[in-house]
Amino acid sequence: MSEPHTVDLRGLKCPTPIVKLNEEFRALDAGAELIAVASDRAFELDVQAWCRRTGHELLTLEHDEQTLTARLRKRVG
Amino acid sequence: MHAAAHSVPATESTDLAARVAQLEARMARAPDPDGMTLLVFSGELDKLLAAFTIANGAAATGMSVRMFFTFWGAAALKERTLLGGKSLVERAFGLMLPGGLKHRALSRMDMLGVGRRLMAREMRRKNVALLPELVAQAASLGVEIYLCEMSMEIMGIAPQELIDYPNIQYCGAVKFADLAASGNTSLFI
Repeated sequence: MSEPHTVDLRGLKCPTPIVKLNEEFRALDAGAELIAVASDRAFELDVQAWCRRTGHELLTLEHDEQTLTARLRKRVG
Repeated sequence: MHAAAHSVPATESTDLAARVAQLEARMARAPDPDGMTLLVFSGELDKLLAAFTIANGAAATGMSVRMFFTFWGAAALKERTLLGGKSLVERAFGLMLPGGLKHRALSRMDMLGVGRRLMAREMRRKNVALLPELVAQAASLGVEIYLCEMSMEIMGIAPQELIDYPNIQYCGAVKFADLAASGNTSLFI
């Protein structure tokens, strides 16, 4: 399996990172993975809440000083 | 005796069918956990920013979001002023109501427009979406807009004067109550 597509959400502010992530997910195949990189501090809790409500899976969530990197998998079914 | 022995399960099954039907009727009226209704009463920039930010975040999370605009909220959706076919008071209202999403004052620290300009500058500098962008985003996310017919009537707002937004619907308090009751979350802004 090839490395998942990365979507760059850096510089965007609430609610746009989640709005963009939602758009990206719509085009994604079920079960496919995506990496999202964001700089908005709100993204850390927002992406967790987004996954909880949509049923998509948050595989990992890492952060360094400037960015948050989330690895996600689209819900099957 | 034989007949009586049969009548028990028969009663049970009709009873069960009735209970299922009852439950189904109740389920049809149960509020949707993914339904969110915002009652937007205010027309100030800061409150509209909050309303659309929450609406868009929720819509992008798969929730069905409805915004019901009334009073100053309804007036904020007026983009242009047409004077034809209106009474004197309606015309006065039309000229006094600051029209358009680009001309909203802040609820605090507006300082005759200085505050809102500073805020717009900071928002742009920090790459925060401005109100017209948020409204366009809401439209593409399928956020539904309902407008209070009575507010439009009182302030003399005609449908042709409103912002461009897909499928604006005009309704009253009962529709709002129905929208609010059909979703788990309702907010007054």
